[in-house]
Amino acid sequence: MIQTLQQPTAAATVTTTDETLVEIRGLEKHFALSGDFLEQLRFQRGKLVRRQEFVHAINGVDIDVKRGEALCVVGESGCGKSTVARMVMGLLSPTRGEIRYAGERIDHLSPRQLLPYRRRMQMIFQNPYASLNPRMTIQQTLEEPLRFHHPDWSRERIRQQVAEVMASVGIDPEWGKRFGHEFSGGQRQRIAIARALAVDPEFIVADEPISALDVSIQAQVLNLMMDAQESRQLTYLFITHDLAVVEHFGTRVVVMYLGRVCEVAETHTLFSQPRHPYTQALLSAIPRLEDDRPEYIRLSGEVPTPVNLPSGCVFHGRCPHANERCRREVPRAIPIGHGAQVACHAVEEGRL
Amino acid sequence: MSNATTTTPPTHWARFRDSYLFYSFKHDWIAQVCFVIFVIMVSAALLAPWLASINPYDLSQVFILDSELPPFWIDGSDAKYPLGTDALGRDMLSTILYGARVSLIIGFGAVILQALIGVTFGLLAGYLGGRVDAFLMRLADIQLSFSTLMVAIIVGAVFKATFGGATYSEHAVLLLVLIIGLAEWPQYARTVRASVLAERSKEYVDAARVMGFRAKRIMFRHILPNTLSPIFVISTVQIANAIISEAALSFLGLGMPETQPSLGSLIKSGFDYLQSGSWWITLLPGAVLVVLVLVINLLGDWLRDVMNPRLYKG
Amino acid sequence: MALLEVSHLDVRFALRQGEVRALRDVSFTLDRGERLGIVGESGAGKSVAAFTILNLIAKPGYIAGGSILFEGRDLTRLKPRALQNIRGNQISMIFQDPMMTLNPVLTVGEQMIECLKAHRRIRSREAREIALNKLRQVYIPSPEKRLDQYPHELSGGMRQRIIIAIALLLDPDIIVADEPTTALDVTIQAEIMSLLLELCEKHNVALILITHDLGVVSQVTQRTLVMYAGRVIEQGPTREIINDAQHPYTQGLINALPQMASPGSRLNQIPGAMPPLAKTPPGCAFHPRCGFSTDAAGQRRRDCREDVPAFVTSGNCHVACHMVRELVERDPVEPGEAS
Repeated sequence: MIQTLQQPTAAATVTTTDETLVEIRGLEKHFALSGDFLEQLRFQRGKLVRRQEFVHAINGVDIDVKRGEALCVVGESGCGKSTVARMVMGLLSPTRGEIRYAGERIDHLSPRQLLPYRRRMQMIFQNPYASLNPRMTIQQTLEEPLRFHHPDWSRERIRQQVAEVMASVGIDPEWGKRFGHEFSGGQRQRIAIARALAVDPEFIVADEPISALDVSIQAQVLNLMMDAQESRQLTYLFITHDLAVVEHFGTRVVVMYLGRVCEVAETHTLFSQPRHPYTQALLSAIPRLEDDRPEYIRLSGEVPTPVNLPSGCVFHGRCPHANERCRREVPRAIPIGHGAQVACHAVEEGRL
Repeated sequence: MSNATTTTPPTHWARFRDSYLFYSFKHDWIAQVCFVIFVIMVSAALLAPWLASINPYDLSQVFILDSELPPFWIDGSDAKYPLGTDALGRDMLSTILYGARVSLIIGFGAVILQALIGVTFGLLAGYLGGRVDAFLMRLADIQLSFSTLMVAIIVGAVFKATFGGATYSEHAVLLLVLIIGLAEWPQYARTVRASVLAERSKEYVDAARVMGFRAKRIMFRHILPNTLSPIFVISTVQIANAIISEAALSFLGLGMPETQPSLGSLIKSGFDYLQSGSWWITLLPGAVLVVLVLVINLLGDWLRDVMNPRLYKG
Repeated sequence: MALLEVSHLDVRFALRQGEVRALRDVSFTLDRGERLGIVGESGAGKSVAAFTILNLIAKPGYIAGGSILFEGRDLTRLKPRALQNIRGNQISMIFQDPMMTLNPVLTVGEQMIECLKAHRRIRSREAREIALNKLRQVYIPSPEKRLDQYPHELSGGMRQRIIIAIALLLDPDIIVADEPTTALDVTIQAEIMSLLLELCEKHNVALILITHDLGVVSQVTQRTLVMYAGRVIEQGPTREIINDAQHPYTQGLINALPQMASPGSRLNQIPGAMPPLAKTPPGCAFHPRCGFSTDAAGQRRRDCREDVPAFVTSGNCHVACHMVRELVERDPVEPGEAS
């Protein structure tokens, strides 16, 4: 029974291949800010005009997730990292751009057409206190997805699969009859992970899965996710703001700022040699335990609103190296070796 | 891994016994008194055919000579009629029991209809959003701009004119349920929509969507059970409102005919005798109506305090 | 004499399930100009400790015992009026959510001036001048403009700076900051923390920093208090605690950080979770999760199960742990030797 559930192509160890599992190209997402038609009407110079405002949450993002890796997307609040995750999972539809899964375009599919992909890709959410239905027992929560995706399975088989998943994430089978609110945050996050793993996916999007948890519990959940990656050959798209976690967990890192990608690099490369000025500032701001705290790079100003995007490089207003070109021209991502890319004029021109 | 969760899970009864609902009920004497009165009134009304000494619908059991007898604490009363009799000689206690039964049936029936329409529309509007939401909510606005009385007058008049008074009397209960039910569904729709909007943004709904569940399943199986608390709370208010609406309609002669009186039509029928000294014919059913509505409203208040999510988490 | 001396503080909450003990026997001191960190996970009682220092504990909570001496006066026994005076003037508080302090319908200037006039007899113009001055101290660009803005017109980082300016308004002796940067982004957090540090050093203000983030504590504070299940379990100089923690819980907390393991390897997790306050186990509250509470035979040690550990001095730290006591008694360390 258990053998049949495993991937037939299972290799013994996690290996990052060059095969691209998820491909995001030119992704854009704008949210309308000004309600319905009537609210968009404004008087301007004695004339009635229709004006629509948009939040430019994502402005042209290209990301490749390779099979077997843990790709971390980092950035500060409002940089659009969660929006990317939600679009990949089909919870939001992109304004422009394409998302491909294993070569097939999935961003324009109907819910029914998406169904086969739902088993292959799953999601873990940030808030374990909101991600479990308060009116369902743990057993119901875990069985429902299986019943739905495998209508031909017997009760016995479903129960066995649930028991197996519970054991693999360290859930006591006794918990099944209880409700979510009877558990602590860490336990709930385990249950949420079990729900995602129940349908035996190959790709998991994790949106800040540990930021609502206490320090000692964060380690437990991270370990659990790493164990699951190893035993199930999972690929992760891991959204977080915590750089210490990225350094530990990520295979590669994508740094985002204001809806654009600043830098993509292997984790080790990024932490040892950050190239983009924003990445440098971000890394210098991590509170560290060491005695000799490095002087952090003070950024001037604050993150601009995504309603009126700055022209040129979105970071130019706070960047110590910005010049005229940065204010005018949007930087393209240029390869800088070892598969890393950076979108910065200063790096391109060799100024940095 | 687990702290104190290795014990066996509690049964449903144990869960209820430990719940905040039960705890606050035990510590609130007003709620307890109201609950007891409510249960007594409802069961007495439902058991009217067995409790009442006469059937006021059956004219053969009524003695016209016994008309306008006062209740027992006033001189000239008859022990057969503890609460006196009305102008037709019907026993007041029996007519009140039957009247309360009609009022409660209409009240509950109308609220069930309101809830069915309102909850469905509210779920659709809140979950689907966009045009569906705009359309249903405008429909609700339009519905609310007609008063219940106006709808009742028009529907009642049309019905009477088309089918005649006899048919009207026969189907009066059903007709009142329909009128009051259709007039007040927007209350439900609005409340449900608001709480659906709050629930929809929670991650368990996203989790259900990511699983690929269809909209119907998410709405009814995931979101609806989590909006039950506000539905429960407004139901109490709505039952009280429906009973009052029915009484008002009947008092105006637009509701129940005098041959099958509700509390409202009893009040109306006694109104003419208020001047002649037979005040009990109108005031006794009036008092019953007030107590019934008050008790339901107080229970609703208590329920709202208990289920207020700010005070009660879980 | 210490500026603030908290001794044997006992705070309880009378709930319907029974009485919950939120703080048990909490004692610490704070000197003038000293920066103290209180670290712990959620539910450890660190926020209750902060609220208690200002005697802000509201029903159903109450102080069941102990004292809080501020400049020799016991805050637990003061009349509301005198307490009010101390709260604004000498001890001020920074909350995690700036909107808890800022009133959304008043401009920043109105709130600052109102606060000044409530505590001092000054004119509006003078008050405005002081407010402007404080805004400059927290490096707010164009402070004149900010005075006339409403809180919702400002960004999160700007709001937290204004909160700091308000906290400094009356030149307090102590600032109690409860998770002041948890809701902020890393780059903003770093700015706010260095600002807080700079201001405390410049004006010789004592700081009590309550946080779950050991990195922040290690960068800002001089002394650290670690709390677990309502008790202080370890306290001492921050550097010593970070580099050489004695209590198994503190060690576990530090070792669980991703920085402490090589990338990609398993993290050193502490098993289980902190029990809710209502279910605190007897003896050492940490013993069910502790790797050292078992003896050679694999049984839980009797003293860990039954006796609440007393504080022992190890180096410059005070630790409440039976195992550490044994080690110290077997192999005494001279105080000061470790530093």
